[in-house]
Amino acid sequence: MTAPSRTLHPAAWWLWAATMGVAAVRTTNPMLLAFIAVVVVFVVAARRSAAPWSRSLAVFFRLGLIVIVIRVVVQVVFGYRLPGHVLFTLPHVPLPGWAAGVSIGGPVTLESVLQAAVDGLRLAVILLCFGAANSLASPYRLLRCLPTVLYEAGVAVTVALTFAPELVITIGSIRDARRLRGRPTRGIAGLRGLAIPVLEGALDRSLQLAASMDARGYGRRFAAPAHRRLATGATALGLLLVMLGVFGALDPGSVPSGGIPVLAIGAVLLAMGMTAGGRRSPRTRYRPDVWRLPEWGVSLSGCAVLGAFVIAGVVGVQGLQFTPYPLRAPTLPLFLCIGILAGLLPAVMAPSPRDPGYREADEEMVDLVQSETNPSAGVPGVAR
Amino acid sequence: MIRFSDVSFSYSAADEPILRHVDLTIGEGEFCLVVGATGSGKSTLLGAINGLVPHFTGGRLSGTVTVDGRSTRDNPPRELADLVGMVGQNPSASFVTDVVEDELAYAMENLGVSPEAMRRRVEDTLDLLGLHELRHRPLLSLSGGQQQRVAIGAVLTASPRVLVLDEPTSALDPAAAEEVLATLTRLVHDVGMTVVIAEHRLERVVPFADRIILVPGSGDELIVGRPQDVMAGSPVAPPLVDLARLAGWDPIPLSVRDARRLAEPLRLRLAGLQAGPPTTPTPASTPEPIAEAEHVSSVYGTVMALNQVDLRIRRGEVVAVMGRNGSGKSTLLGLLAGLRRPAKGRVRICGQVPGDLPPRKLIKLVGLVPQDAGVLLYCSSVADECEASDGECGLPPGTTAATLDRVLPGVPRQHHPRDLSEGQRLAVALAVILAPAPPVLLLDEPTRGLDYPSKDRLVRLLRELVAGGHSVVIATHDVELVARVADRAMVLAEGEVVSDGAAREVVCHSPVFAPQVAKVLAPEAWLTVDEVRVALAGSSR
Repeated sequence: MTAPSRTLHPAAWWLWAATMGVAAVRTTNPMLLAFIAVVVVFVVAARRSAAPWSRSLAVFFRLGLIVIVIRVVVQVVFGYRLPGHVLFTLPHVPLPGWAAGVSIGGPVTLESVLQAAVDGLRLAVILLCFGAANSLASPYRLLRCLPTVLYEAGVAVTVALTFAPELVITIGSIRDARRLRGRPTRGIAGLRGLAIPVLEGALDRSLQLAASMDARGYGRRFAAPAHRRLATGATALGLLLVMLGVFGALDPGSVPSGGIPVLAIGAVLLAMGMTAGGRRSPRTRYRPDVWRLPEWGVSLSGCAVLGAFVIAGVVGVQGLQFTPYPLRAPTLPLFLCIGILAGLLPAVMAPSPRDPGYREADEEMVDLVQSETNPSAGVPGVAR
Repeated sequence: MIRFSDVSFSYSAADEPILRHVDLTIGEGEFCLVVGATGSGKSTLLGAINGLVPHFTGGRLSGTVTVDGRSTRDNPPRELADLVGMVGQNPSASFVTDVVEDELAYAMENLGVSPEAMRRRVEDTLDLLGLHELRHRPLLSLSGGQQQRVAIGAVLTASPRVLVLDEPTSALDPAAAEEVLATLTRLVHDVGMTVVIAEHRLERVVPFADRIILVPGSGDELIVGRPQDVMAGSPVAPPLVDLARLAGWDPIPLSVRDARRLAEPLRLRLAGLQAGPPTTPTPASTPEPIAEAEHVSSVYGTVMALNQVDLRIRRGEVVAVMGRNGSGKSTLLGLLAGLRRPAKGRVRICGQVPGDLPPRKLIKLVGLVPQDAGVLLYCSSVADECEASDGECGLPPGTTAATLDRVLPGVPRQHHPRDLSEGQRLAVALAVILAPAPPVLLLDEPTRGLDYPSKDRLVRLLRELVAGGHSVVIATHDVELVARVADRAMVLAEGEVVSDGAAREVVCHSPVFAPQVAKVLAPEAWLTVDEVRVALAGSSR
């Protein structure tokens, strides 16, 4: 099934990535976690576009590795001591009585290191899923799908997001400028000299942007503002409640009165706010993303993966959870493997992304980074 | 279409008004060029057209500005968005979305245009501006000229009847600037758009303008008229006009084509004369270079920013490095200044490797003034800046201040660097860099945003420096600057040297980089009006 090339609805990608992430939360089996990671990376490799943000997966991959390392190091130095196979012993620092539960140094066991590594791996896989969502559909495109009532909030977030790469460029050029004046570029002194110019630059940019938005009709008045504000408020509150509700449903006991009622109230508020606000909105939308069969396929494949994990949790499938006490190799339950495989479907179901005409553009991209900053702000990798 | 009646404006009650009793009418379909020194009120005048002045900037505006009968008093800029499109100097700072197509649609979404009309207008605009191949590209990946065209497109989709542009080509290389200006002319002629544009590099825009509005500054009365008339008496004029005045041509030609028709007698008079000062130093006579880059290559990611470039700079020489936006000019300067190390090849300044030196030693050998000179300045006043610079460089107190007086006398010492004019800010940055007396000075795009008087001062300063034994490397798009100061010129394309040689030969033989005088007087290789003046004076004696 090869669909003509177009961009998939961003919400479908984010939903898929989110379900993969939530599935990762529900297991502590390193084999399953690794399997999820492989599936995610495969789908991204198959269906990402050539746009600069598509390369963010690598960044999140590296971030994940760092998380694992930090988690293990923290465990080795400060970890809780349980008996097991001692690998080596660090010098023990005695702590006063009130600091019970925390220890510094002492014997380091294989079990505790394994446990920490699996914990880290789980976090890393969640990060990877987030990175995958970023690579497959830029967060800007997701924001474009926000209901019209939340448009203002969406614009604010978009502006903030564009701001980050610009900030990196500014910081690079200011560091260069300091070097050109023979001043330190490192250390506390370097940092202090950096802050003020960076803030000034940021302020300048936001003023220019505000002027440009104003001149292009942002914030024109049409309908009754009070009515619109009420709708926006209702929508925002509804979204918040839905979020709380989902959280409560996932982790029973974390939200008083359980997640489901909160979720329901939130959903009702959200629906009311959206219909009331959307009906009279003067804004129109340019080429809204469409939701067709492939979108259903991608989101359902994610749901299938998550469903398999939920069922496994309820039924109590062997191997969903893994503890190194006692020490043994993790198993690979067949049921969950098949479940995770369902997550591969987007690699064939999603249409191949449009080629934004990049090949000849690569050079210009670099030029831009150079010419927009200063002579030689060594900032390769900003635009990519 | 646009009517100013008795408009005065001051940024605060205490300030002198920057515009005073302005009466001005701009008709439908006119291409109006606004000229004036920096800080004269050009931007204020432009901002008043769509109400950004005073709704956004604050300040006191008296009198009325109406556009198509709608007064800016009752309509803030957002209500005029369907009537006036505003394009700023720095397109990347005005982008709200991240992809070309979305950016084009943004204004229409705000205006509530129906989806069908929106689709149609985006397609039309893509065609009109030649952007259709870029439609899915992220804005950050576009080159400067492309970004500026997108910024124009982004306001055009709202189908305004007036387009206001504040120095739209100042950051662009000659070819990209042509591209933008050609687009604007097309809009005026094909669509009947009213265009009001402010620009420093008059040589680029004057040929296209129907009318010129000269803003003399300090609240004096505007001078409005046909380009020929205004240019004849204008203190700021492109080289072509200067040449016309020298040769006594009437009416003043505004395009190279018109000038060439009139230039026949002048060409005959100049035929037997020496082109350029006879004292042009022959580069081969001083063998040992003070700075050199040998076979340097530099890589950004997978892209070769520089590929096997050689550059030798001798004492007392001015080398101009030219080329498209992003051809590697800035990278080359960065290598020479020790900000980056070459991936291959080696760089030497006075026998030392700049990348290995600690910053404090480096600044005594080589100084670089980056494109945005303001980033070099970080104190809250010019006086503080000078003191800080003395302290950092270990110079006797007062050195930087003295240098500043040499560069540009009369820069107000208590001002914040951000409040200075572009020319003054450049002067302060130059003073800071020149204070430790580095033998090699690197300038990246120094004339960006400079008006003609500031540019003249820069040229004089560079000549003094060179006479004092400094060597200067300038990366620039400004062909007129190259014509006036450079001994040697090097053209880069995609990181490779395309041509390298005496400035006169390199520049005159390129249709893109030739200065106006050279175009008019071709095939003889004259570069500047001054050369012609000196030669004529010599021959008549």
